[in-house]
Amino acid sequence: MTGAARLPASARAILDGDRRALARAISEAEDDRPGAAAVARALYPRTGRVPIVGITGPLGVGKSSLINLLVNRLRELDRTVGIIAVDPSSPYTGGSVLGDRIRFERSATDAGVFFRSMASRGEAGGVAAATREAARLMEAAGFDVILVETVGSGQVDIAIRNIATSSVVVLVPHLGDEVQTLKAGLFEIADVFCVNKADLPGADLARRDLRELVGLGGRPGGWSAPVVATSTQPPSGIEELWNAVDAHEQFLDKSGQREVDERRRLSVEIVERVRAEVGRALAERLERDPVLKDLLDRVVARSIDPRTAADRLARPVARGR
Amino acid sequence: MPPHEKDAPIRVLIAKPGLDGHDRGAKVVARALRDAGMEVIYAGLRQTPEEIVRAALEEDVDLIGLSILSGAHMALFPKVLQLLKREHAGDIPVFAGGIIPDEDARRLRKAGIRAIFGPGSSLEEIVSTARKLARTAQ
Repeated sequence: MTGAARLPASARAILDGDRRALARAISEAEDDRPGAAAVARALYPRTGRVPIVGITGPLGVGKSSLINLLVNRLRELDRTVGIIAVDPSSPYTGGSVLGDRIRFERSATDAGVFFRSMASRGEAGGVAAATREAARLMEAAGFDVILVETVGSGQVDIAIRNIATSSVVVLVPHLGDEVQTLKAGLFEIADVFCVNKADLPGADLARRDLRELVGLGGRPGGWSAPVVATSTQPPSGIEELWNAVDAHEQFLDKSGQREVDERRRLSVEIVERVRAEVGRALAERLERDPVLKDLLDRVVARSIDPRTAADRLARPVARGR
Repeated sequence: MPPHEKDAPIRVLIAKPGLDGHDRGAKVVARALRDAGMEVIYAGLRQTPEEIVRAALEEDVDLIGLSILSGAHMALFPKVLQLLKREHAGDIPVFAGGIIPDEDARRLRKAGIRAIFGPGSSLEEIVSTARKLARTAQ
């Protein structure tokens, strides 16, 4: 391979399956350390081929336990799995307790699984800023399927949609009546619905409400999200759950929707990065650069309004429209 | 650049090797470390040394804290240290807490456990030691 010689050593180690190199590269991406960009650049051409499956849903619906069982199922199918489990960071101290590993019961010697806990570090939307990069690193390291467990989600925590190729929305019985399912947000992003704790009373009603919702249509490309009932104690429905995800992945290939989705996700990623970078630079320059400082002074003096000032600053980019 | 030159949080694994089911101490420490701004990977009860080392590597932690009340510390702690060395991760500092007699504590320190906290240790002491260990690592 002629290209391999130009790879940074850490990128090569990841490709060679060095687990500690992978773990360190994920940390570097999380901390946004200088080496992270070079590794990301080197490995990017080798990514974008495996399913990235988001597991999302409110706090306490059983996402971690489901993932534990899904991993077992995937190993039965002889597929290797990378798992990224995101938990919230404290907005007060930045600290975090990452507890998703507790539910994880793989044998300590199975090299076909890599589990990484990740703190959200102030990122809203249910994932961390580095989640996407971590998924790419795991793919480069050779894992066949990446599972991403989001923070326990509220109604609008749908950032997983910008990372995952398939999103599983996990719910439990008695979360609300059928009108809840009509509301915007979380319910809109499901490629697969999972009613977990299906042994509890009310599960049938929850499934019926969701089926009705799906029956109303409205998803692009003609996919209608299946509703799968699962239980983790004792395990049931796990095979069906994976089959439903797999069916969605096959649909993406057959319908051409995969390219459409991927293009949208990458566009979002670029815009997010530009927004973050330009925002950071601008915030600094507004106080330092005399021209920008003058603009801010005029807004403070109420002689122009914030929108006019923003339009003026954004003009060089916006004009290209 | 060494870790934590910037504001990157310290990552610490808290695990309970062995078979006792008393995890209150481990939880109190996990929470104190969280409140000190650290990212605490809480692996929970009944972890084998192999699982602990694997978690430490995958999570790329700066520090490992082990809690034990069962009395099996002389078997399990050295095993964790030994496995870390075997994985070329002997640089990750390990501290411990639990019911550990003084004589055992001496021997464990000699074996490479960097700090040992018995009953009555203050959380401030644990947090500041943990921070020091993580920052001097590597």
